[in-house]
Amino acid sequence: MEKIFKRCQSLYDVPTHYCPGCGHGIAHRLVAEVVDELDIREKTIGIAPVGCAVVAYDYWNFDCSEAAHGRALAVATAIKRVHPQNVVFTYQGDGDLAAIGTNETIHAANRGENLSVVFINNAVYGMTGGQLAPTTLLGQKTSTSIEGREKKAHGYPLKISEMLALLPGVCYIERVSLQSPPEVLKAKRAIKQAFENQINNLGFSLVEILSPCPTYWGLSPKESLDWIRDVMQKEFPLGRIK
Amino acid sequence: MAKIIINQDKCKGCFLCVNFCPKGLIKKSVKLNKQGLNFVEFSPKAGDSTDCIGCMQCAVICPDCCSEVYK
Ligand SMILES: Cc1ncc(C[n+]2csc(CCOP(=O)(O)OP(=O)(O)O)c2C)c(N)n1
Ligand code: SF4
Ligand SMILES: [Mg+2]
Repeated sequence: MEKIFKRCQSLYDVPTHYCPGCGHGIAHRLVAEVVDELDIREKTIGIAPVGCAVVAYDYWNFDCSEAAHGRALAVATAIKRVHPQNVVFTYQGDGDLAAIGTNETIHAANRGENLSVVFINNAVYGMTGGQLAPTTLLGQKTSTSIEGREKKAHGYPLKISEMLALLPGVCYIERVSLQSPPEVLKAKRAIKQAFENQINNLGFSLVEILSPCPTYWGLSPKESLDWIRDVMQKEFPLGRIK
Repeated sequence: MAKIIINQDKCKGCFLCVNFCPKGLIKKSVKLNKQGLNFVEFSPKAGDSTDCIGCMQCAVICPDCCSEVYK
């Protein structure tokens, strides 16, 4: 018998600190597999966010930097401009990319920086205790919207991917989900596309990944995946946005 | 002919693989692992591994990269 699925080289063989069933573990592996498949491990530089993925650099076996909360794309811009031959990507949560870092996100995209972005939308602030995020769904209960998100008080779920797609510097945006094994494979293809675009100098690429946070959704890991399929994907439809 | 090998000490017991194995070959353990968690066990019928089709769904959905698949 031949080994047909094994841990890839770009992922260290260490346990992660993520909760059982958390999507960050899956997304980390997908990024690592793409880096291996494109044979760019020696020239990849990842920027870890502030959020549950804050120590992603302990899990990826390639060069990484850390950015202050929301500033990953500013740091990535600098690194890519100084090292244009390297493949530079950011990995950011919804609080990081679409709340505190909205400014950096929009301007990096508008400048058409030749970068790849892996955007983990889990509809909450995971690291700090499950508070309401810009991407929280209407009616969704969080620790700061205990009766559920209410449009008058909290506004609507922010579609940052659709907003960024309007900018001419952006070459590729796709929304994918970790809801089932086939969707996970589609998510990997989208991440690969975003990296290939950068290698081909095409500009700013972003993959939004709908990702489970069972802990702060108050659901089991499998119920969380079903919730993505039945509820979250209705508000955040999957597919190529640009 | 296929089989999986699960790293039981790394398993956090999310049981996503149990839900997605199309042949129902993965079961929750009764025992606890080093982390003090229930883990998953590959349980092909009567010790023969021929019912595993090597579809890799368990490995693809695993957030902790716990299973290796052989075919
Ligand atoms: C400047 C600054 N403000 C606030 C915080 C507190 N903080 C840490 S993580 C976080 C939100 C994380 O949410 P998200 O980016 O969605 O990541 P997740 O944990 O959900 O993956 C906040 C507000 C901080 N670390 N630094
Ligand atoms: S709090 Fe949520 S996002 Fe953070 S590790 Fe746990 S499940 Fe993952
Ligand atoms: Mg989040």
